[in-house]
Amino acid sequence: MGLQIGKFIAVNVLKAVLLIIAISIICFILVSASPVDPIRAYVGEVGMANMSQEALQQLNDYFGVNTPFWERYFNWFKDFIRGDMGQSLIYRQPVADVIGVKFMNSMALMLTAWVISGILGFILGIIAGMMRGKWIDKLIKGYSLLLASTPSFWLALIMLMIFAVWLGWFPIGLSVPIGIDAAEVSIFDTLRHLILPALTLSVIGVANIALHTREKVIDVMEEDYVLYARACGESNTQILKHHGLRNILLPAITLQFASFSEIFGGSVLVEQVFSYPGLGNAAVTAGLNGDVPMLLGVAVISAALVFTGNFIANILYGVIDPRIRRSMLHE
Amino acid sequence: MEANKRKEILNIEDLFISFNQYEKGLHRVDINVITNLSVNVMEREIVAIVGSSGSGKSLLAHAVLGLLPKNANVRGRISFRGELLTAKRIGELRGKEICLVPQSVGYLDPLMKVGIQVRHSRDDEETKKRQQQLFDDYALKEGTAELYPFELSGGMARRVLLASALMENPKLIIADEPTPGLDLPLAKKAMADFRDFADKGNGVLLITHDIELALEVADRIAVFYAGTTVEEALVSDFDREETLRHPYTKALWRAFPQHGFRSLDGVQPYVKEMPSGCPFAPRCESVEPACSGEIPLRTVAGGTVRCVRFSDNKGEHGEKGAEENEA
Repeated sequence: MGLQIGKFIAVNVLKAVLLIIAISIICFILVSASPVDPIRAYVGEVGMANMSQEALQQLNDYFGVNTPFWERYFNWFKDFIRGDMGQSLIYRQPVADVIGVKFMNSMALMLTAWVISGILGFILGIIAGMMRGKWIDKLIKGYSLLLASTPSFWLALIMLMIFAVWLGWFPIGLSVPIGIDAAEVSIFDTLRHLILPALTLSVIGVANIALHTREKVIDVMEEDYVLYARACGESNTQILKHHGLRNILLPAITLQFASFSEIFGGSVLVEQVFSYPGLGNAAVTAGLNGDVPMLLGVAVISAALVFTGNFIANILYGVIDPRIRRSMLHE
Repeated sequence: MEANKRKEILNIEDLFISFNQYEKGLHRVDINVITNLSVNVMEREIVAIVGSSGSGKSLLAHAVLGLLPKNANVRGRISFRGELLTAKRIGELRGKEICLVPQSVGYLDPLMKVGIQVRHSRDDEETKKRQQQLFDDYALKEGTAELYPFELSGGMARRVLLASALMENPKLIIADEPTPGLDLPLAKKAMADFRDFADKGNGVLLITHDIELALEVADRIAVFYAGTTVEEALVSDFDREETLRHPYTKALWRAFPQHGFRSLDGVQPYVKEMPSGCPFAPRCESVEPACSGEIPLRTVAGGTVRCVRFSDNKGEHGEKGAEENEA
């Protein structure tokens, strides 16, 4: 069994490495083909106009603008493996450091949203599925369908308007209060800034999870083994407790980890609206300002993050599903 | 005579089951899947309902247990030990007095160990002891309780399902196609188990398409054709073609390998194209105009039959006619 799991993990790590190489190559190609000019980004419009041709040439050489594509890529990749993702052009700091900070901010936001939407979505989905056709099902389904088709940035704006502007319960943006020394920022301040964006992301995330869970509940309740459990005298509640939950939980977990990418995608927009300094926000800023090293770093880290979500789902599936777990044992 | 002394366990009288279906938008049609079905099970008796696939046999089991889907309409009387089975009453009896032995291992929860499933999710010592006793009785090795359904062989699964039905000491077992997937010795073993169970004063309603197996174990056979029972016969009636009553049963008899292996042309009518009157009429060799009318159930020589040849006014003639044919 140990051998099986070892092989499984080795294969997946290899997949992750290949994925990251592929993603970085694609990003490299896209950036090279785009009108993004790192030198313009670095020295600014005014600097460009005032610089001599000679100095410009020097900068071009320094940044390796005229180095052949593959050579440039390998240079980047060699450094990347050593943990050096280059220097951010707009933050004027190593990309790795910037991403480190933004990553922590984003993780706090995304994990909160991920846990809330997962638990809430699962519960709502089960209620709707068990009460299929009743008013409560229609309510949950209606809510989910409505939210599933709501753009996250729009919802973020509405939330911002209601809770931050009109009611004034929460700050209108950023992750810490403005004009306060970083050392004086309390955990309470951080949480206060986190609530609104996290809530927006959760509310959106709930819809998908609830709808999927509802479908699964309906499927499971029509299975032969539920019919048989009923024939053996089990009530609906007992059936849900004994057979429903364990059969719904499996796909729900996969979905939950796969939804990582969705939350990540949503967070890019939501962070933008709330000016929340996370990875998504950094990606947008880097893109708009031609910060090539930053852009590459964010793309690769995001890919790794989403991959990790799916990878964990795969492993958990094997741990929870006896059919997979025991077949590994017997082999 | 003996039958009168024995108590009746299950009695189904004139059961009708139809389904509402929407066709082409809002046009609603009722599809009759079971019509005029009557069958009863006495104490110490195994009654087999034999019919080909698609004749609605499984629905009968579901109807008795009150497990039909919401769009099903049920008419007729089902009574259990002399008491009319209402939806509420069946809810109380289900899994206690009346147990189902389902068709396959697919009726077990794939993610739950079989021991706890057989115990119906209870974990007290007494229940555990009873489950272990049953597993021992059915030669299920130690450790079987800790297996998941996918780890069982076909024979083991069958025995597990049987043990599951017997957990509560039921009075009636409804077995829905309990033998497919079993080799002959195991199928016979399963049947012997039903016999043992019935001999203890209980009843078994065996729903199957395997008439040879039914003949081996059952006391009475109800022949099911296109959603209705055309004949109810004692197993001994199947010894000779002449003692059988309905043309369909006779045709079945002739299709046995040892009786000539002659198959009958045509197919069972589809539920939506059911002829009025006798559903077998289109394939019957002695069809007559009266066949498309209402045909009452008649008791003939200890069995029942639904055929115009045994109708009131010409019952005698019918019997004679049959004899003349033989002569």
